[in-house]
Amino acid sequence: MGKRFWPWLWFLLGASYFLVPLYATFDFSLRARRGELTFAAYANVLRDIKFVESFSFSLQTALATIVVSALVIVPTAYWVQLRLPRLRPVVEFFTLLPFVVPAVVLVFSLARTYSRTPLTDSREGLWVLLVGSYVVLSFPYMYRAVDTGLRSINIHDLTEAAQSLGAGWPTILMRVIFPNVYVSLLSGAFITFAIVMGEFTIAALLAQPAFGPYMNLLASSKVYEPSALAIISFGLTWAAIAAIQWIGQGTQARLVGPR
Amino acid sequence: MAFLEITGVRKSFGASVAVESFHLAVARGEFVSFLGPSGCGKTTTLRMVAGFEKPTSGRIVIDGVDVTDTPPNRRNVGMVFQSYALFPNMTVADNIGFGLKVARRPAGEIQERVTELLRIIHMPEYGRSYPYQLSGGQQQRVALARALAIQPKLLLLDEPLSALDAKIRASLRQEIRDIQRQLGITTIYVTHDQEEAMALSDRIVVMSRGRIEQVGTPFEVYNFPATRFVASFVGTLNVLQATVADAATGRLSVQGQEIRVARPLPEHAPGASVGVAIRPELISLDGQAGHDANRLSGTVADVTFLGPIVRVQMHLSGDVLHIDIFNNPQLRPPQPGAPITVRFAPDACLVLDDA
Repeated sequence: MGKRFWPWLWFLLGASYFLVPLYATFDFSLRARRGELTFAAYANVLRDIKFVESFSFSLQTALATIVVSALVIVPTAYWVQLRLPRLRPVVEFFTLLPFVVPAVVLVFSLARTYSRTPLTDSREGLWVLLVGSYVVLSFPYMYRAVDTGLRSINIHDLTEAAQSLGAGWPTILMRVIFPNVYVSLLSGAFITFAIVMGEFTIAALLAQPAFGPYMNLLASSKVYEPSALAIISFGLTWAAIAAIQWIGQGTQARLVGPR
Repeated sequence: MAFLEITGVRKSFGASVAVESFHLAVARGEFVSFLGPSGCGKTTTLRMVAGFEKPTSGRIVIDGVDVTDTPPNRRNVGMVFQSYALFPNMTVADNIGFGLKVARRPAGEIQERVTELLRIIHMPEYGRSYPYQLSGGQQQRVALARALAIQPKLLLLDEPLSALDAKIRASLRQEIRDIQRQLGITTIYVTHDQEEAMALSDRIVVMSRGRIEQVGTPFEVYNFPATRFVASFVGTLNVLQATVADAATGRLSVQGQEIRVARPLPEHAPGASVGVAIRPELISLDGQAGHDANRLSGTVADVTFLGPIVRVQMHLSGDVLHIDIFNNPQLRPPQPGAPITVRFAPDACLVLDDA
């Protein structure tokens, strides 16, 4: 004991700050029927067609966001590091803007800017606008992750090596740069995934049938189901993080290895 | 006509000039080294040949084709980097086959060529390894194979051995030379290591401050340096300050002792100050023998035993003279503090003009 006492105390206090509410939510979600513990609330949630719909809607949106974001961020971060290192602070500042500009401001500006264009006239257009907003929200996480990943490999020499072997820019990006920032890209992608799955403001204001607004709707109309839903979405997020670790480990060892 | 012709190339970055009036003709199959201290423009010149930098003015012609404005990926020039620059996400075989894959060659041909190159670099069993599983020397051999796989017109090596330790450096150096001879590929090799340049090259281009100081065979550059810079950069050199005693017969005075050089010095007035350069291995400790030799007397300052070579430092008033002699178990090396007389031939002396 002795020396170990204080660190453990702080650790337990910190852990309980997260775990107690989580446990309380879980416990509450099991009390849908008086006098017994039951998964009835979970069954209700999973049986609700709107859950499945909104969840798969957000899932598709998240995947689209990740793909678009990667296609924008990787070439940008690569080019900035390779040819425009002096612009790096500027680009970094722009990618941090979503932390400064509130989502409400972002979505209203987008809606105003693109009003009376196909982007706001149709369901598909609004979805494109939604993905666009999420791509912007993903910038801080994606850019940082990719930028760090690029720094860990010698992109300068790798680029020139590929060039001298006859490769043009598309080949260099697809065969050399993307595979080598894959792991960092993945970690950025999963944070993006978690954000998009839970996002409420933008989805609600663009009237999109997303998972965030669905959770909100459920919370205002049911008692036990929202807790069950919270636990389910926690589980899904954790599964996503576990997936980062799992996919990352194999690739990480191969790419970095002992130096 | 030369295989590679660099004509009047100049490169400036803003106000600073990296390379100036660079002229060089390299024959097919020749091995040429660019040798110089860091910042002398050797790497910049190499990068212009590779296409990574564009000359500010001048032309570069490879095999009769002016490539000055050709991007690097259309020059068909193989490049080996100091950092190896292997693609970490690919196996050794995929690294070597990369250039052929980019050129859309059939899979069978790629595999055949990769196998052949793995054999050439003596690593046939490493095709499935990843770069991180290899030692530095092995990685650089793979990088060499990768550059050779596309059958480039030119092979460019940018300090390829600098990141390796001494033993591997020596063996890989020999291997590079053997492979180059075997394939007859025209090669440019950038290094700051004069021993490397001399061991490998057909000709050496010695550079300093963006300019060529001398172009010649290792023998010429070492024995007949054209400038003071070359004399001091290539090999170890003693430079003694001397004054001209008799210009017509080539007599000089070094700290009051008279020596003679092999040629008259009509361009110098009596009393003028000149530098006299002598290679350490051309001085002998045996002060008595030989009647036609120069002699200088001083005291032994230090003796370093290097195995095959014994390096003696001699104090000569203000100057220090380095002398290299072969080890000989029959002869005791001189003791520090002892008086000593050394001998060297008049034609071992090189008079440096800008004393």
